[in-house]
Amino acid sequence: MTGHDHSRTFQADHPEPTSDAARIGLALRELLIEAGHYTVDEEQVVIAAMQGASPENGAKIVARAWTDPAYRERLLRNGGKALEEASFDIAPYEFTVMENTGDIHNVIVCTLCSCYPRSLLGMSPAWYKSKSYRSRVVREPRKVLAEFGVKLNEDVDVRVHDSTAELRYMVLPQRPAGTDGWSEEKLASLVTRDSLIGTQRDLRVRCRS
Amino acid sequence: MTAPKFTTGQRVRIADRTPPVHHRVPSYAKGQVGIIERVCGMHGEPEKFIRGDGIPAQRLYRVTIPQTELWKPYDGTASDILEIEIFEHWLEPAE
Repeated sequence: MTGHDHSRTFQADHPEPTSDAARIGLALRELLIEAGHYTVDEEQVVIAAMQGASPENGAKIVARAWTDPAYRERLLRNGGKALEEASFDIAPYEFTVMENTGDIHNVIVCTLCSCYPRSLLGMSPAWYKSKSYRSRVVREPRKVLAEFGVKLNEDVDVRVHDSTAELRYMVLPQRPAGTDGWSEEKLASLVTRDSLIGTQRDLRVRCRS
Repeated sequence: MTAPKFTTGQRVRIADRTPPVHHRVPSYAKGQVGIIERVCGMHGEPEKFIRGDGIPAQRLYRVTIPQTELWKPYDGTASDILEIEIFEHWLEPAE
């Protein structure tokens, strides 16, 4: 990254900082680099890894769990080990998968900041980081879910998972009906980012003519 | 690695305190009683880190709290729950 003016921003397409907090963050970054705690090159590797991650990684895990009951068991029991089996790694965090069923719906939030399994699923959506989502989905999850189009009857329990420390979460959505015999690849194409967070419940089987 | 102080299914109370440093317990959970959902691993916790003492690892747990206990009134059912990660030094056994 020689020639990159890292005294301004750390990503070329990143806007100029407009708040004091953003300026303090950039100043701290400068000090850490100058003191030799990490290099600009190392930073770029981390940014590139996060930009390379996407919900498609989560979709692959879901499709494998749908087609391989033993893998599903391992995934729910120890998400981190099951991720390694699929050649993914989100260390040092503990990967935790919560399964939706006919009478359980899971939804994930980080009320304190915006914890998200970024190295697996990529950057989180803007609404996930909004104060509105973070404060409301713990307090009135059914109302917030309804706004996302998830209308839950009273016979479905809501489980809100607040990612407050070292665990990172993913929801295992339900496999849609009418997908018997589908390949993992075709099944994975049905899985959306929001269904992995829990703000979508029913996955749609798209009809192809 | 220290043996866990609590086991799955045990009733615990989350401490109601506000140390003047970064900590990972949201105010809505402070003072609440819940049940250990699972025992997690040992992790560095931020309260000590900020004082420059290094990052001593602490046992982490997932705690289940009924939504109807957290919010009054709560617009949902009695079996709706919230699950949250809490470090061991924030927990004590509850009746």
